[in-house]
Amino acid sequence: MPFYRNIAAKIALLPMIVISLTVFVGCIIYSFVFSLTNSKLVPVINYVGFDQYERLFKQRKWDVAVENIFIYGFVFTIGCLIIGFLLAVLIDQKIRGESLFRTIFLYPYAMSFVVTGLVWKWVLNPTFGLENSMHMWGMTWFELDWLVNRDLAIYAVCIAAVWQGAGFVMVLMLAGLRGIDEDIWKSLSIEGVAKWKSYIFVILPMLRPMVVTAIVLIAAGVVKVYDLILALTSGGPGYATTTPAMYVMENFFSRANLGQAFAASIIMFISVVCILAPWAFYEFYLRNKYANN
Amino acid sequence: MSTIPKGPRPKHLTVGRIGLYCFIIMCALFFLMPLYVMIITSLKDMDEIRAANILNLPKELSFYAWPKAWSQACTGFVCEGLKPGFVNSVKITVPSVIVSVALSALNGYALAFWRFRGAYFFFGLCMFGAFIPYQVMVYPLLKIEDFLGIYSSLPGIILVHTIFGMPILTLIFRNFYASLPIDLFKAARIDGGNFIKIFFYVIIPMSTPITIVAVILQVTGIWNDFLLGLVFAGRDNQPMTVQLNNIVQVDYGVAEYNVDMSATILTSLVPLFVYFISGRWFVRGIAAGAIKG
Repeated sequence: MPFYRNIAAKIALLPMIVISLTVFVGCIIYSFVFSLTNSKLVPVINYVGFDQYERLFKQRKWDVAVENIFIYGFVFTIGCLIIGFLLAVLIDQKIRGESLFRTIFLYPYAMSFVVTGLVWKWVLNPTFGLENSMHMWGMTWFELDWLVNRDLAIYAVCIAAVWQGAGFVMVLMLAGLRGIDEDIWKSLSIEGVAKWKSYIFVILPMLRPMVVTAIVLIAAGVVKVYDLILALTSGGPGYATTTPAMYVMENFFSRANLGQAFAASIIMFISVVCILAPWAFYEFYLRNKYANN
Repeated sequence: MSTIPKGPRPKHLTVGRIGLYCFIIMCALFFLMPLYVMIITSLKDMDEIRAANILNLPKELSFYAWPKAWSQACTGFVCEGLKPGFVNSVKITVPSVIVSVALSALNGYALAFWRFRGAYFFFGLCMFGAFIPYQVMVYPLLKIEDFLGIYSSLPGIILVHTIFGMPILTLIFRNFYASLPIDLFKAARIDGGNFIKIFFYVIIPMSTPITIVAVILQVTGIWNDFLLGLVFAGRDNQPMTVQLNNIVQVDYGVAEYNVDMSATILTSLVPLFVYFISGRWFVRGIAAGAIKG
């Protein structure tokens, strides 16, 4: 096929091709190459092998960051899925004011992470926040000092994140629920299966594609979490809520330790690939294979 | 109830229905609570904030926090409030949305109708880019922009938003165009239309719904962005989210929570406005962005 055939389309797609190659592929190669150097303030080619990675894994702060991202990833993903599914089921009960409730559950998703973080920072303020309200109402035993508690601060981040993201899962699940055939509901009701049982054992498995999509999208977002934590806790108290993304940004822009930052960012990248690869394999390879048979 | 798809609404509320409504209303209250706290805090004066319950309505309305947040609150040594940030966010968002939507529409069109060998390979690369954490790409991209001489400037941040918006937008445009009847395209070809003519006279006039979805997705996404604005916009073009964070997180002086909350509301006004007037389209945007293939 001659090169100039369909030349207009090739020209039109040129920006996408250039960006894919230079930015998406090029940046990863660049980061990997310089993660093997001891660059500090400016990137210099001075190979030190995998020293930066070795140093990274010895950092207490990195351990904390990785631990946090696992806690956050787990609680946030599970929280969003359970609450999102629950809300979708509730809304699916032919209730009055359906669109009002849907609007209420989804509006946080329109807000930025910075706003989410700052609002929850105020609501959970240890002096003036909800704890204080509960005390004023006579519930003096009530404790909500999460933001200043090293062990619990990361869960405060999770609450804010679930508040922001649950509506998104609800929308996906609701679309799935609305696509369920009425006949299935009829046969379930003839069989006399309890409603909650039908939802959990029959409908939920049928929504598997939605659930998988939701999990992948949420999980890919988990690794990136940065602004939410910056606004809510600034990584504190101490560095109790720091995350890999914060570790990378710190080493890039305030500690002038480029080599470390590159190494940490490559680890982040690898973890995203590990999340995506099985899904992409299933979605694009296996499914096509079965579709063709 | 969904087990009884047809027939009149049940006249009497059963115990189960009442429980359902109680539960869904409680959920709604939880989701609304931060918005409520944000609004009432912004309308209290500091004495009342210190003395009273965070959940109580203000005893007397005080509006002084709003103009202060808009034009006097301090970020570091500059006390100009959020106004410059708002202006910057508009200057960043408008061109970024136009450029990225136009380019992605063209990409989607070329991919759907003028497929050439290798086009989908690059499209795959581009989609893969949607999942790479920004932290992996910020530094190399900063170097590229520095090389091009647009780092830390308005064109610089617009380019970055165009790059990172492209994968998902191209995907939704491609999917939309692929769902159009191919005969339409064939007819236009027989009538002698070429790449550009068909795009302008046949495709663009049909693209209104998907363009609305894309614009909503981009406006909220770019307005809510923090990280890219922080790194690429430069000191003079910092978007509203960055300035909001700077205002709220000042290290010195007395924290004015009412000003902080007014500033937070001001920052989320644009996306909330977009969300409330475009509810159905917003939901469609989420679904379009989420469901691959």
